[in-house]
Amino acid sequence: MDAPGLKQYEALSVEAAAVRRQEGVWQRVQRSWSVRLGGTVLAILVVVALAAPLLGTVDPALFDAGSRDLLPGKVGEISTLEGDTLQHKFLMGSDSFGRDIYSRVIYGTRVSLIVGICTALVALAFGISFGLSAGYLRWLDGLLMRVMDGVMAIPAILIAIALVALWGASLATVIVAIAVPEIPRVTRLVRSLVLTIREEPYVEAAIALGTPTLKIMLGHILPNTIAPLIVQGTFICANGILIEAILSFLGVGLPPDIPTWGNIMAEGRVQFIEFPHNVFFPGVFLAVTVLAVNIMGDGLRDTLDPKMAKRI
Amino acid sequence: MYNFLARRLLATIPVLLIVAVLVFLMLRLTPGDPAAILAGDAANTEQIEQIRESLGLNRPIVVQFGIWFGNVLSGDLGESFYYKQKVTALIGQRLEPTVSLATITILFAVLVSVPLGVLAAWRFGGWFDRGLMGFSVLGFSVPAFVLAYLLIWFISLKLGLLPVQGYHRLADGFWPYLEHLLLPSITLSIIFIALIARVTRASVLEALGEDYIRTARAKGLPEMRVLVRHALANAAVPIVTVIGLGVAVLIGGVVVTESVYAIPGLGRLTVDAVLARDFPTIQGVILFFSFAYVLINLLVDVSYVFLDPRIRY
Repeated sequence: MDAPGLKQYEALSVEAAAVRRQEGVWQRVQRSWSVRLGGTVLAILVVVALAAPLLGTVDPALFDAGSRDLLPGKVGEISTLEGDTLQHKFLMGSDSFGRDIYSRVIYGTRVSLIVGICTALVALAFGISFGLSAGYLRWLDGLLMRVMDGVMAIPAILIAIALVALWGASLATVIVAIAVPEIPRVTRLVRSLVLTIREEPYVEAAIALGTPTLKIMLGHILPNTIAPLIVQGTFICANGILIEAILSFLGVGLPPDIPTWGNIMAEGRVQFIEFPHNVFFPGVFLAVTVLAVNIMGDGLRDTLDPKMAKRI
Repeated sequence: MYNFLARRLLATIPVLLIVAVLVFLMLRLTPGDPAAILAGDAANTEQIEQIRESLGLNRPIVVQFGIWFGNVLSGDLGESFYYKQKVTALIGQRLEPTVSLATITILFAVLVSVPLGVLAAWRFGGWFDRGLMGFSVLGFSVPAFVLAYLLIWFISLKLGLLPVQGYHRLADGFWPYLEHLLLPSITLSIIFIALIARVTRASVLEALGEDYIRTARAKGLPEMRVLVRHALANAAVPIVTVIGLGVAVLIGGVVVTESVYAIPGLGRLTVDAVLARDFPTIQGVILFFSFAYVLINLLVDVSYVFLDPRIRY
C-alpha cells in the first residue's frame, strides 16, 4: 500500500471516531431527563422573555392611580403614555402605584435571563484567561492563585454588594459585580484542568514541534476544558440570577424603575400582609427559573463530566 | 501537633493580608475621587478635604495602605460617617443577633441534615434517596427571601404560631429570644441542609463501600452501630469541611434573612451601610466577615486531627 493512501485512510478513520465520540456525548445529553426538563422550562422562559410585548402585557412602567392594589384577576383602567385610558385585566393584581404586576413579572424575565447568561460569560472569560495563565505560565501561578484565595475568602454577596455600591447600579456594573466573586472558582477549575492536560503526549508533541505557547493554550488545551466549563457556567448562571434578585430585593441592585423580580418583591414587601401576591408571583418565577437552570446543570454534569459528578 | 498548629496559623496570615489589600483596593481603584465617594453626595469641599487629610489620601497608595492596615491591626476600623461611631463599636453592638442566628442555624442544619444524608446513603437509589436529592436541588434554588415570606405567611400569619419579625436580646429572657430566631433560622438552614445532606450522603456512600463495613456487618454488629460508628465516623472530614465552607453561604444568607425579619445584626448593618453609602462601615463589616470565615475554616482544618487519627501533619 502506498503511503499517501494509508494516510488518507488513517485520517478518515480518526475523523469517524471523533464524530462517533461527539455523537455519543450529544446523545447522552439529549437522553438525560434533567437536561430535557430544565431545558424545556428554560426554553419557555426565553420565549416568554422575547415575546413579552405579545403576551397581553402593557408597558411595565405604566400606572393608574385608580387601579392601585387590585387583587389578581380584577379588571381596571390603566393610562398610556399618550394619556388614553385602557381597560386592562390585572392577572396578578397591581402594586401600590397601580402598575400591572403581570407585565412587570413578564418583563422581569428579560432582566434575569440577561443577568444570568452575561454573568456566566463574564466569569468564564476572566476565569479561563486567569486559569490558562496560572496553569501554563508557572511564574504567574503563585501570585495569581494567592489573590484568588483572597477573593474566595470574602463571601460572594458582600463583594457584589460593595462593588455595586462603589460603581453605581446599572445592568453592566451589576453583571460584573456578580461575576467577580465567581472568577476564582472558574480559575481554579481551569488551572487544575490545564495542569493535567499539559502533561498529555499531544501537548508535549506540540511543544517539541515549537508551537507558540499561545497556540498551545488556545488550540490544544482550551478545547479539552469545555465540558466542565459548560457545567460550571450553568451553575454560575443560576447563582447570578439569584444574587441579582437578592441585590434588587435589598434595594442595592438595579434601579427601581427597571422591572426585576427582586425589585417587584422589594416594592411588594411593604404591604406583604394585605397583598402577599405582590411578593409571591415574582418569587415563584424566580424559584422556577433558578431551579430549571440548576436541574439542567445537574444533568449536564452527569453526562458531560462524569468525573465531577462522582466528586460531588 | 503544635508544630502543625503553628504552621497552619502562619499560612492564614497571607490570606488575611490579601483580603485586607483587596478590601482596601476596592475603594481606591474605583474611578473618581475616593474622598468624594466616602463623603457622599451631600458633602461640601471642606468635608471632602478633611476626609482626604484624615485618611492620608494625598500620599502614595502604599503609605495609605500602611496607615489603614496599621489602624486595622490595632483594632481601629475607622469611624462610620452615618452612625458617627467607631465601626468596631458598631460591629460589637450588632454581633449578638448575628452570632445567635448563625449558631442556631448551624446546629439545626447539622442535626437535620446529617441523619438525612446517612439515611439516603444507606438506602442508596431508593425513594428516600431520590426525594432528598430532589429536595437539595430545590433548597439551592429557592431564594432565602422567597422562603422567608412563605414561612411568615404560613406559620406566622395563617397559623399564628411565631412572631412575624423582630429580635429580643438573650438578656430579655430565653423564650422571647428563641421564638424570634426560630423562623429566621429555619429559613437560613434550608440551603445549608441541602448542602450538608448532599455531602454527607456522598461521603457515607463512599465509606459504605469499604471493606471494614463488610467486616463490621459480618461480625454481626447492629446496623445502627455500623452506620454511625463505622461509616459516619469515617465520613466526617468532608462533612466538617463543607460546614466550614458553607459559612460563606450562611453569611450571604444572614444579610438577606436579617433584612426580611428586621433583625438588627451585622447583615442588616451591611445593607444599611450600603444604602447610606457609609464606606468605612462597609469596609469594616466585609473585613470582619471575611476574617471570621477564614478563622472558622482554620478551626475546621485543625479539627481534622481529632476527627481522623490517620491525619498526622
